[in-house]
Amino acid sequence: MAEPMGFFTDTTVCIGCKACEIACKQWNQLPATNGGQNTISGVSYDNTRQLDGIHWRHVRFIEQFDTRDPNRTDGRWLLMSDVCKHCVQAGCLEVCPTGAIVRTEFDTVVIQSDVCNGCRACISACPFGVIGINPVSHTAQKCTLCYDRLKVGMEPACSKACPTDSIQFGTISQLRDRAQKRVGDLHQQGQTEAYLYGADDKIVGGLNSFFLLMDKPEVYGLPKDPQLPSRNLAPSGIGSGIGAVLVGLLGLLNFRKRRMDRFAAQGHRES
Amino acid sequence: MPRELFTSPAHWTWLIVVYFFVGGIAGGSFFIAAMLDLVGNRADRSLSRLGYLVALPGIAIGGPLLILDLGRKERFWHMLVQSETFRPMFKWWSPISFGTWIVSAFGAFAFVAFLAALVRSGDRPQRGPLVPFHKIVYGLGPLSKLFLILGALTGLALAGYTGMLLSVTNRPVWANMNLFGINLLGLLFLASAVSAAAATLYLLGRRRGAGVEHESLHALTRFDDWVLGLELLVLIAAIVSLASFFGSVSAAWLAGWGALLIIGVLVLGILVPLVLYARPRMLGGNSGVLAAILVLVGSFLLRTVVVMSSETIESLERVAHGG
Repeated sequence: MAEPMGFFTDTTVCIGCKACEIACKQWNQLPATNGGQNTISGVSYDNTRQLDGIHWRHVRFIEQFDTRDPNRTDGRWLLMSDVCKHCVQAGCLEVCPTGAIVRTEFDTVVIQSDVCNGCRACISACPFGVIGINPVSHTAQKCTLCYDRLKVGMEPACSKACPTDSIQFGTISQLRDRAQKRVGDLHQQGQTEAYLYGADDKIVGGLNSFFLLMDKPEVYGLPKDPQLPSRNLAPSGIGSGIGAVLVGLLGLLNFRKRRMDRFAAQGHRES
Repeated sequence: MPRELFTSPAHWTWLIVVYFFVGGIAGGSFFIAAMLDLVGNRADRSLSRLGYLVALPGIAIGGPLLILDLGRKERFWHMLVQSETFRPMFKWWSPISFGTWIVSAFGAFAFVAFLAALVRSGDRPQRGPLVPFHKIVYGLGPLSKLFLILGALTGLALAGYTGMLLSVTNRPVWANMNLFGINLLGLLFLASAVSAAAATLYLLGRRRGAGVEHESLHALTRFDDWVLGLELLVLIAAIVSLASFFGSVSAAWLAGWGALLIIGVLVLGILVPLVLYARPRMLGGNSGVLAAILVLVGSFLLRTVVVMSSETIESLERVAHGG
């Protein structure tokens, strides 16, 4: 196996140009939204809005302005290029019933589009809401960390296109070192709110695409405490098992009791 | 903000709701029929026969609904056979994967029992294509018993795994119905499915032509009473488990789906049938029919509320936050 590869997304240097979105769409030949017709979100300058089957990169605009302040002197923009987290323990991979979702030699998580039959179990399993159905293939799709490019030693399209190096590609160990150093630098500059999200194994075993954030995870649309769907496997299995035992006992007692009653009645008549 | 609200909906909607309902009735019917054959009277056989006659059509309708729901329907077999290696595809930790095998196994049990049930009760055919099937279900002594026990267990698994399927996700409502370390969804669906199956068999067995003994029907409604009682307890526990979860979303949820759950399922689908079963003379002999119909409606509404409320939670969230 090659060394685990991933992304480090430093949100502090993202300028919201969406070059990564475009590069991703071009390389992976993803269709336009709504057949190319413009749709405006109406609540943000961000019109992509979410990750799904045709948006494998999404630059999220977080517009922190006080709408009561006409001069908008106190506001700030937070920009984050969001992507599949390529979780070390991946919820989508757990539940996939066709084996379409695999872990690659780069420790990334890839949906094989020719195997997927579009059951959508992975969509409800993903703690980050990354996966969606691609309306062209009718299968579940998401970022592959440009598996086809990695195979031939190229870097993923998004990080290649990123003009500010907000998206960095490399081995996980290298990226983690670099990210730690960056957090240290920011703290020294007085930006003490900077921290890393998913750079250790605390979040679902570690995120192979992790982030440097400046506010709470929820502000960026990231769950504070993402969980694996399999956490409910035993609790739900036990519940169903209890149900089966109880219903079985009720059936046994109810339908058998009658036979006993009849035996008793017969015995009574005979005696 | 609950972490489940960061996830995306799978868009499992009406096809899945109807499958859960019909598949549950199929599994529950086989279970009741097998119980009657295993521990009931020989006179119950006209009722158990009905159970097998319901089970196969149920799964024959339900299974294709699952295929229809796929994005790539022609690839449904990828869940049974790995498309690259042609080895069996099975993951015990993936509910859709083991569910696929439960559906398939149940289909086989239901098929055999259905053909056996086509032979009129009491008849012992000496010839004909149905003889081997009749023999498997009734004529092989302990092996027939084993067939019925395994079929009954598969039927219960079919009724309950659908709840597990929803709970092993990261979606609101489904993944949060936990109380004392137990997720209640599988248990709730199982009880509701068996109760709906009892109601179905009651409605079918009550017709004059069915030839079902009054005593068998009485036992059936008494069984439904017990199962409805169990479902009632589990449903109350489920509502308690959800109440603590929602926070700001709960007001909007309770106003819509929660109201349907309490009025449609808890009151009309469980409490009223319990009263009607207990007082069969209340509506001039028809209270049993009304009770059974309400049980079926309640069972359908339960699945509707559980599936659709989670699928539409984003819009509720917007309502709750005034956005």
